[in-house]
Parts: sequence; C-alpha cells; structure tokens
Amino acid sequence: MTKRLCIQGLAAAGLLASVAVPASAADTITVASWGGTYQEAQTKAFFDPTAKDLGITIKQDTTNGLDDVRLQVSGNAVKWDITELGADECARGSKEGLFEKLDYNVIDKSGINPKLVHDDWVGISYTSVVLIYRTDVFGDKGPKTWADFWDVEKFPGRRALSGSQATETLSVAALAKGIPIDKVYPVDIDGALQSVDKVRGHIDAWWTSGAQAMQLVKDGEVDMASIWNGRAGTLRKEGAPVSFSFDQGVLTADCMVIPKGSKNKDVAMKALARFVSPDLQANLPLYVDNGPANEKAFETGKIPQDRIKDINSAPENVKKQVLQDPAFWRDTLVEATEKFNNLIQQ
Amino acid sequence: MSIGSASLDPACGPDRGLNADALRADARRESRGLLALLSPGLLLVFAVIIVPIGWLFWLSLFDETGQLSAANYARFFERASYIKTFVTTFKVAFVVTGACVLFGYPLAYMLSQLPRRAASICLIFVILPFWTSVLVRTYAWLVILQRKGLVNSWLIDLGVISQPLPLANNFAGVVIGMTHIMLPFLVLPLYASMKTIDVDCLRAGMNLGASPAATFRQIFFPLSLPGLASGVVIVFVLCLGFFVTPALMGGGKVIMWAMRMEQTTSLYSNWGAGAALGVVLLAVTLALLGFFQWLLGARATGVWSQR
Repeated sequence: MTKRLCIQGLAAAGLLASVAVPASAADTITVASWGGTYQEAQTKAFFDPTAKDLGITIKQDTTNGLDDVRLQVSGNAVKWDITELGADECARGSKEGLFEKLDYNVIDKSGINPKLVHDDWVGISYTSVVLIYRTDVFGDKGPKTWADFWDVEKFPGRRALSGSQATETLSVAALAKGIPIDKVYPVDIDGALQSVDKVRGHIDAWWTSGAQAMQLVKDGEVDMASIWNGRAGTLRKEGAPVSFSFDQGVLTADCMVIPKGSKNKDVAMKALARFVSPDLQANLPLYVDNGPANEKAFETGKIPQDRIKDINSAPENVKKQVLQDPAFWRDTLVEATEKFNNLIQQ
Repeated sequence: MSIGSASLDPACGPDRGLNADALRADARRESRGLLALLSPGLLLVFAVIIVPIGWLFWLSLFDETGQLSAANYARFFERASYIKTFVTTFKVAFVVTGACVLFGYPLAYMLSQLPRRAASICLIFVILPFWTSVLVRTYAWLVILQRKGLVNSWLIDLGVISQPLPLANNFAGVVIGMTHIMLPFLVLPLYASMKTIDVDCLRAGMNLGASPAATFRQIFFPLSLPGLASGVVIVFVLCLGFFVTPALMGGGKVIMWAMRMEQTTSLYSNWGAGAALGVVLLAVTLALLGFFQWLLGARATGVWSQR
C-alpha cells in the first residue's frame, strides 16, 4: 500500500488534519498511515486499543510515503511520532538516517520475520500483488500465472500493470519468465526489464494508485491486471465478476518507524510495541485483507479458521508467494525505477 | 508611446529652459518617492517569487552527497524518457490550447453578441464547471469515455461502431479532459475583451459597404486578438504544469512533466533532482512566453496603433 499520487490521500490528509485535536498533553502521539479503509482498520485493530491500554491519545494523519518523512526530518519539523511506510522505503530511509533507533527491550520482535526487524524499522503488515481477471470474459479459465498474463495469444484481452511500483512490476516480470518463486530474489533487473519489454506493447494502462487499479478492473476497462489483494478483496466483496488467488503473488511488507526528532519518542516506542504484539496484530485481518506481520497472531485464536485462507500472510499462503526483499531494493531501487520508467514511457 | 521620438526632439530638445535642471531633479525625486512607495510590493515579490525560484535553482545544482554537480541535469540526456516526457508535455499543451481556441473563440463570440440577460445565463454554464473540482470532472470524463462508458455503449447500441473507440487511458482522453477544464480560462478573458470592442466600429465598417464576413475579419477579429492572446497564454502555461487529468486519463501512457517531477521527487533523496526538472520547465516556458509576446503581442499592439 505504498501509494503515491494519492490525490484522495491528500484530501483525506486535509480532512484529518482539520478534525485533529490540537496537541497539548505529553501523552499524545501522532501516527501517520495510508488513509482509506486500511487506516480505518488499523484504527480499530491497533490505535484505539493501544490508546486505551496506555492511557494516551493517538492522533492520526495520512502520509504519501518516504518523501513526507524526508521533508519533515530535513526541515526540522517532525510532526509524526510513528509513521507507516513500504518496507523498501524503510530500508532506504534507514540508509539516509531518517529514523530513530528502536529499542527491542521495549518492542518484542519474536514472531516477526527477521528480514523485517531492523535497528530503526519494524514490519507491521503485508500487502500482496496478485493477478486478477474478469470471470465474465474468461469464465474460470482465466490467466492463473504471470506467464499466462504475458501470453497475449492464449489470453487475448486488455491488460493493466502497476506503473508506479517498479519493484512489484519487475518482480512479476521475473515470475513471467518462469523463474521459480524462491529464485526471484535477487531480481535480475535487466532480465526482468526484457520481460516487461515483451508485454509493454499490450498494456492498456499503467496504474499509479490502488484506487485506479480497482476502477480499471471494476469498469471492465481491462480484463486482467496486477492489483493489491486488499483492493481485489474489496472488488470480490462488492460482487464484481473477478477471480484471483495468492499463487505467484508478490508479498510486500509495510513497516513502521519513528521519524528522527520525534518529540514523544518514548511513548511512541511503547505504542509501537503494542502495534506489533501478536494480540493486536491478530485484530488487523478482522477488518481488512492485509495480513499481520507477526506470525504469532495466527496462534492467538482470535482469527476465525475460515478467514485464515483469505489472509495473505497466513503460513499456507506465504508458501505460494514471493517475499519482496527490502534490502535488495534499498540499493537498486533508484537505478531500476529509472530504467523501468525509461522503458514504459517510451 | 511616442515620447522621446525623433519628431518631438527638434521642438523642445535643443531649447533647454532655465529650469530644466530643477525639473529634472524634481522628476528624479518623484521617481525615488514612487520607488519607496513601491518597495513593500517589491519586497513581497522578492520574498515570494525571487527567493524561492533562486533556491530552487540553487538546490538543482547539488547531488545526493551535497556536492556541486551537474548530475541532475545530465539525467535528461542519459535517459530518453525525460526528453520524451518533455516533448509530450508541450505536445499536449499545444493540442489542448489549439482545441480551446477552436471551441472557445466561437463560444466567446456568441456570448458577446447575445443580449445581456441571455449572455449572463450562458456564462453561468461556462463558469459552473469552472467551480467544480478538477478531480470530479476528470472522473466524470473517465465514466463517459472509457471502454464500457456512455459514449462507447451508446455508439455500439446505435450500431455506429462495433468495437469500442479508444477514448480513455490514452492521448485522446487527456486532450478531451484537459480541454474541458481549460476552456473557461480562454473564454473568460476573450469574452471580456470582445465586450470592449466598440460596436460603432463594426457599424462604420458595414456603412462603408463591407460584408458581415469582411467586417468580422477586418475589424472584429483583429480587435479581439489581445484578449485571445492573453487567453492562449494562460491556457498554455497552465497546461504545461497540469497533473491530475493526465495522471488519471492518460493510463500511465501519457506522462507529463509535472508527473515526472512527482516521480523524481519521491525517487531521489535529494531535492535537487526534482528541482532541476522545475528549472528546465521554467526556463523553456519563459522562453516560449517571450516568443508569444513577440509574435502575438507585436501583432496585437500593431492593431491598436493603427486605430
């Protein structure tokens, strides 16, 4: 859910900002996330219970991602105590020194994938990129793998891929070449770009926001697309004729950080410890399709058995997907994104 | 306009009055006084325009490590897509401006000829969309133009076409959406300038035997040019920096400069990368404005002096 171009996000930010109560007590912290239904779910799952447990006030804001944090930190005007980011953004921001160190005496990291536990950032939830197709066009014989998606003769139809998330599109492009899911990382970027090059002439839209991906599929503007599982789940709930699965999905983590210079660092640390605790992590899938980052959440018994199969980070679903490696993209993202943009904007 | 021109000089130039020096000193004092009065405004312009643009320019000269470098500018030549995006931006701006002139001029002309009451009612229809959110209007166009949108489903139902027309998520969609949004920016200044054209001039032309077409061509049209010029410039410059409509209607295939700036700003850890894009756009826009001034401004003022 690292969504830039969030015009809606901006609007929501303005709205939230105007509703927010002015800061006063020391025990007030501000948490920023992506807005929309995802943040509403987080409010119910994480923010409200934490505020109650710790006896603090949690104010909310929305973010557009790493550039917001960079702006606040470099401008010495940090207004957030905790903010959510995409894992690759956390890895990059960490390299730039934008975050406070986390205290793992306060935060219990057990149950969280070690790849998502770092000095200054920690995983919070998962989003998957999945292949969705319209059943009114293909019945149940739609494209099931990315190789199918790339096969324009066997599966004629209109297609959309993400144009804003180069990391995700390059990962699915690697899968389309037939690379097995455990061999995708480290991504052979030039090979993946060649793969994108093969399909780009058949792409009818390069989406830049989750809402846009959803609209393209919902309105039948495209017959198949890459899409975030949360959006795909919403489409299915709304009764749109679509099908998707976690097979060959790309599992991307979101993370939380304390921006450098936060004025309520200690309270924020305690709040963050609560957010990643199995107890509250297990609340998240009750409200939204984004899975918990802490595996122990599945052992709490809070998540109904019939719900587990729909959750992207459930152990049985994790096995079917590629886990996006934030450390890989930390070092390669800029160059890869430039090359990717250069290719699709030709 | 003609002060200081050659024709005046022989009359008063050589014959300096006794009080010439005093007069000149007085004039100098007065302009100093006026400058002092202007200074709050000048300071404001300096603070809100000159300083930020200077800062933008300054930032664009540094790379990630804070070293003075031309890396931010070199990127334009290393990657073909920057040039492509830049060309697309101007292509869209030219096409949209052209479409606005094509639709806007007859509309403004009609409005200027209507009786006052009817004109005000019609003007409401120009201004009402102007007040509606750009985002809302863009989404509305998406609903109308997309593959299963209103236009395509009607045309297919009527049997006019068998395959849907590609109207959204491409160049055509961007142009349609942007033309709709930009039209009032052309019509309003143009209408205002057409209203100031003296009807007597047209009557005089007719009296002297000119046909209505000739009157329009030789009198009305030249007199409306200054209004048209200002409308064209406003629309063109706004188009260059447009973001929302191309982002939503272009389907990621029509990338304009503002979108590229957004991508670059979020990609690079130094502000210079995005700043350089801003500097380039500003420089080219100013150069083009200068060209417009020379082209349209000269012609328009030429018309006025002929009067």
